[in-house]
Amino acid sequence: MSIEIKNLSYTYNNPGSENGSRFVLKNISATIKKDEITAIIGPTGSGKSTLVQHLNLLLHASEGDILYDGRSIYGDDFDRKTLRASVGLVFQYPEYQLFENDIFTDVCFGPKNLGLEKDEVESRAKKALLAVGFSDSDFSRSPFELSGGQRRRAAIAGVLAMQPEYLVLDEPAAGLDPKGRRELFQMLRRLHDENGVGIVLVSHSMDDVADFAGKILVLNDGRVIFDDTPERIFSHGEELRTVGLDVPQAARLAEILREYGFDLPQGLITMDRLRTAITDCFNRGDK
Amino acid sequence: MFRDITLGQYYPGQSIIHRLDPRTKLLWTLVYIVSLFVADNKYAYGASVLALAAVIILSSVPFTHMLKGLKAVLVILIISVLFNLFLTDGRVLVSFWIFKITLEGIRRAVFMAVRLVCLILGASLMTYTTTPNQLTDGIERGLGFLKLIRVPVHEIAMMMSIALRFIPILTEELDKIIKAQTARGADLESGNFIKRAKAMTPILIPLFVSAFRRAGDLAQAMEARCYHGGRGRTRMNPLSMAGRDYAAIIIMFAYLGGIIVLSVLL
Amino acid sequence: MPIIKAENLSYDYVRRDENDNIVDSIHALSDINLEIEEGQFVAVIGHNGSGKSTFAKLLNALLIPTSGKLFVGGIDTADESRLWDIRRTAGMVFQNPDNQIIASVVEEDVAFGPENMGVPTEEIRRRVDAALKTVGMTKFAKSSPNRLSGGQKQRVAIAGALAIMPKCMIFDESTAMLDPIGRAEVMSVAKKLNKEQRLTIIFITHYMEEAAQADRVIVMNKGKIVMDGIPREVFTETEKLTACGLEPPQMTMLAKDLRDAGLALPHGIISAEELADALRVLKGQ
Repeated sequence: MSIEIKNLSYTYNNPGSENGSRFVLKNISATIKKDEITAIIGPTGSGKSTLVQHLNLLLHASEGDILYDGRSIYGDDFDRKTLRASVGLVFQYPEYQLFENDIFTDVCFGPKNLGLEKDEVESRAKKALLAVGFSDSDFSRSPFELSGGQRRRAAIAGVLAMQPEYLVLDEPAAGLDPKGRRELFQMLRRLHDENGVGIVLVSHSMDDVADFAGKILVLNDGRVIFDDTPERIFSHGEELRTVGLDVPQAARLAEILREYGFDLPQGLITMDRLRTAITDCFNRGDK
Repeated sequence: MFRDITLGQYYPGQSIIHRLDPRTKLLWTLVYIVSLFVADNKYAYGASVLALAAVIILSSVPFTHMLKGLKAVLVILIISVLFNLFLTDGRVLVSFWIFKITLEGIRRAVFMAVRLVCLILGASLMTYTTTPNQLTDGIERGLGFLKLIRVPVHEIAMMMSIALRFIPILTEELDKIIKAQTARGADLESGNFIKRAKAMTPILIPLFVSAFRRAGDLAQAMEARCYHGGRGRTRMNPLSMAGRDYAAIIIMFAYLGGIIVLSVLL
Repeated sequence: MPIIKAENLSYDYVRRDENDNIVDSIHALSDINLEIEEGQFVAVIGHNGSGKSTFAKLLNALLIPTSGKLFVGGIDTADESRLWDIRRTAGMVFQNPDNQIIASVVEEDVAFGPENMGVPTEEIRRRVDAALKTVGMTKFAKSSPNRLSGGQKQRVAIAGALAIMPKCMIFDESTAMLDPIGRAEVMSVAKKLNKEQRLTIIFITHYMEEAAQADRVIVMNKGKIVMDGIPREVFTETEKLTACGLEPPQMTMLAKDLRDAGLALPHGIISAEELADALRVLKGQ
């Protein structure tokens, strides 16, 4: 199960946008596997959001192809509606798209659009809301009564209720406080591990993706500059910094310690691994 | 798709037209619109097209940019041209089924098209070359006499200026909401009129909620920066009529006189 | 005299029905006592709903205390006749960069404050130029705000507040909607204002790395001040922070874990550099 992006390019004219008339994705190739959390990182304006909008046909590539389980999504026999249901896209600040009086009705919107029976719509909405951490008693609450983090989760449930194979999220943690962030990532992790939903995540935060992703695509200026495991990507600290990105704090500390002559292994991108490596280092010294 | 609307967006520049006092430009625009309705033959229309062309060239706003502004009103333009083309009595040139095209119809359709295009280009040229704040100033100071009859001139001008600032932000937001709901399977393109109108609910409610939220934020930001209405306000760029403004007004009267003469005499 | 002084300050959000009966009331702030000296850089942290934004709005008299007193530059914020003096003393930068820029040209926006205050024309020009220079946006004076990045827009908003010539600047989660580059831009301008112009800065945020750069950190939870001290002291109380729904800096947590594992690291580590230095010292022994 995979989404394959093949030599995808995209051009558009946009008179009202920041940097003038055109913005471009250039010759992007990558494979997104369902059983592996994929993160897409890059500075603002690198094309991350544009790229993910291609995955469910909100934008149409100027050149190149996208294969969903081996079949081109641009093929005549490929149903757009099926694709939108299979690849659920959660935009930045998705809570602003809530429009019903209560979250349950709002979450029903997606499955209803799929033309499902009322029972099925409601059972899906219920499942989705439970999956993002709401309880039955919350269903009738108005989006306006909820906290920012809860509203965000309700909006994600709205996409989840379409029961997508993949959930693609654009900056899902933007603007949340630390507690909201933590809850959100735990929830996404659960969706992936327990419900088998493929997760694609666009993010600015290196610390978030180091802990979370199995694979990272780094975009800069519309091109893929890295496509690798977090361990390998975050060993390129210098290159990442030249494009305005950075490494996770753990990798940063490991870099300094190596300069200081500590003998540390590669791939120390999370605090857990770094802690073990440092204690090992000192234990070796004792012997 | 909504980003193409450039009508009313300031196009930064330093041309002589940009530097004219907004009151001069307001007056010119008003007189120009009047002249379009006074004109009733090809000479007068020719003169008004030439005048507009001259001002566009002087403003150094690219013509292609001006044309984009027309896109927003293209439908109205086509409808009014068609109405004039088919519904004018006179000497029949071509006829088919229930339609007939007359010589007078063609004449009126062409005049109508020219009039509308000039009207829109003329009015948008003013907003292209005048920042909303200057426009606000121009309206406030130029129409200040209306305060005497209790017209809240300052408030109206401020509202206009804020509206212009938020048009691009809200259109971008609209675009985003449409995409987000489309991603949730919303079908905005098919079905009859009622079905499509109903399908707009998930778009319009979030848009309104967002507009109100922004309005609330903005009100707070304005208050925090000591805004308390028009009383006692000063300006960084106070309006002052320069030589070029008086020259522009003299040219304006000459132009208006010319149009009247052309229309009456020829 | 402290520039900000709160005495038993409380604020309730009250909902009323049509007959003006109270339906519901939420204690956003309760019984706050606080003094902030002129020239300090104070970070206020707390999870969403902890009362930190309410506090910011009280400082600018956008809200008026339900009970207790709040003095800004010695003026009681409840004194309606001094409203404009208070807003002149405390400049404010909000969260959403788009929703606080009023004009369609950068310099006209910066001029908005002084224009409202009735400052003479030549003086407005001087202030606008100076403010834009301070935030490094002179190049964009004639640009449209719509063409700027998030960080640049916030810098324009800072210049707009600066042109009022306040004694203190309140950043109400001004970095929450920005990318890492934009956040760094805002933080560096805030630090510059504090250092070069001796402006008092109140920096409300939920990013620990930002709070770590302040002189003093105030932690709020459920409408109360629960911790108040220099960043080093506050951040090393990891359990207390976690209980407030906050996350202590990662390096502090790592240092603590390493200490628990038997390494004799000192207390008070909050940055990667400090931890690296401490580890080097330890290894040398």
